[in-house]
Amino acid sequence: MTDTSRPRPAVAARGLHRRYGPSGSGGFEAVRGLDLDVAPGELFALLGTNGAGKTSTLEVLEGLAAPSAGEVRVLGLDPRRERAALRPRIGIMLQEGGFPGELTLAETGRCWAGLTTGARAVDEALDLLGLLPRRAVRVKQLSGGERRRLDLAMALLGRPEVLFLDEPSTGLDPEARAAVWRLIRELRSAGTTVVLTTHYLEEAEELADRLAIMHHGRVVTGGTVAEVLAAHPARIAFELPERTGAHAALELPPLPGTSTALDGRRVLLRTPDLQGTLTELLGWAARHRVELARLDARSASLEEAFLAVAASGPDADPSAGPNVGPSAVPARPETLGSAA
Amino acid sequence: MTAPAAPAAAPAALTPLSRLLALGRAETTLLRRNRTAVFLALVLPFALVGSLRSILRAAADHTPGLDVDGNLVTSAMGIVLLVVVYTNLTTAYTARRNELVLKRLRTGEAADGEVLLGTAVPSIGLALLQCLLLGVGGLVLLDGLRAPANPLLLLAGLLLSALLLTALAALSSAVTRTVETAGITTLPLMLAAQFGSGLMVPLESMPDTVANLCRLLPTTPALQLLHIGWLGTDGTGPSAGFAGTWGEAALPLLLAAAWAGAAAWAARRWFRWEPRR
Repeated sequence: MTDTSRPRPAVAARGLHRRYGPSGSGGFEAVRGLDLDVAPGELFALLGTNGAGKTSTLEVLEGLAAPSAGEVRVLGLDPRRERAALRPRIGIMLQEGGFPGELTLAETGRCWAGLTTGARAVDEALDLLGLLPRRAVRVKQLSGGERRRLDLAMALLGRPEVLFLDEPSTGLDPEARAAVWRLIRELRSAGTTVVLTTHYLEEAEELADRLAIMHHGRVVTGGTVAEVLAAHPARIAFELPERTGAHAALELPPLPGTSTALDGRRVLLRTPDLQGTLTELLGWAARHRVELARLDARSASLEEAFLAVAASGPDADPSAGPNVGPSAVPARPETLGSAA
Repeated sequence: MTAPAAPAAAPAALTPLSRLLALGRAETTLLRRNRTAVFLALVLPFALVGSLRSILRAAADHTPGLDVDGNLVTSAMGIVLLVVVYTNLTTAYTARRNELVLKRLRTGEAADGEVLLGTAVPSIGLALLQCLLLGVGGLVLLDGLRAPANPLLLLAGLLLSALLLTALAALSSAVTRTVETAGITTLPLMLAAQFGSGLMVPLESMPDTVANLCRLLPTTPALQLLHIGWLGTDGTGPSAGFAGTWGEAALPLLLAAAWAGAAAWAARRWFRWEPRR
């Protein structure tokens, strides 16, 4: 049942597992059955707490590590067996990668250009990241943020069709981060498929067409930002007055669909219908002349979705988690071999 | 940013050789900027020639027929290869690994072997250049030195030694945590090769059983080829001439190739691309 209207994914993974160390309790399984589809030209963000398995996943997609089980295709190619054919078409920026400290930026670029098929001019690549004025400076003299930008410049040297970025904006100051975001958006407009990991939620919210939140080696929530947020309730928090005098017998009105948590006078409501619940609540407060101190109402944020995921235990069943939504990270039944 | 994601025409593919040269060029710049390495590589081998000569003269006293000048040149070549290729590369591989350069290079198009060999390009080149200088200088300055009996064999010995020592440097760097400790981790092989592979102590001046044990060392066959290639003999006998040396060198040649292959296999198997955590 192959959907022919759908283009072949630029990046696809089925049943991916990655294990460190021996099998059994001696080893550690960092990725535990991960399915992933990234459409051509899409910007896909992989989110998760530290240790969720983001980098372990990315290394398998990039072909730097072998999966212990499962299949990966990037541009229809096996990243390890067809490495020589694939590498010239992808760009990789590691979370932590290095360049010799005693080389200048221009010398570093020249070396990388000699290792990159169809490399653009070195100065052009440095200019993309605002590093052109620093071309004669040695790498060891760069700030941490400048090093990250150099790393990204080298990943872009070969005009890759698919770009893998492992925490691209970590260590950047706000100005450099904004510039990198702008550059990533421009790359996407030009048709580049981008897979990035991040633990900056606003980065995913800002850039990603779709995202997946990983936890303990699995994707537990995925889809567009709107789809992920729709699966999480909005929250309303406030404080009730002392139950004395006029308010001695105060009771909250029935608010259908909400869950209520009480901590002394502090109340926390969770509701799928923020406007409706808030209207009810404020109407009730006005009728009873109740002042709702420290009133705070907000839609679900990616942060809340993220924290909800992070709070769940290591062996949480992903299917019991928040609704993944119709187009979110589907696990299609057919194997990659037949899809490719 | 106007560049499209995919270029219209497929760009020319790079060859392994062009990638080796790109890596070699960057490594050459790095070697030039490393004063310690440059000093060690340029000064030490030649400073050793003087003391080597007195050692060889002393050995000649109890080994009749020992060719002092011939041994001096081939031993000096061996020491150059050890210092410039083996110790220098052990340090370079360790430094690149700790700077996460090797990890980053593996994300690119260069294959693992190309990354290791590309890093070795300037060290091997410099060592071969110095060997050439030693040979030419020896012929000009040493009256007792005859021309090499078999230059091809000499060249084969130089190349096999360089490859073997490159692979051994990769292996040594796998157990070297920092650049500072490379002096310690390279010491066992340096000592074994200098005293057991005929460099400081000619094999022909050793008792036969000791010499035969020394021939089992991984570095001995390749370095023996230098001796046979120049002097035309494995021992103190007369030169076997160009044609005769091939027979004399057959076993060392085979063993040297086997050791180089084994070391390359082991290096690929045990080399560490990232620092230990």
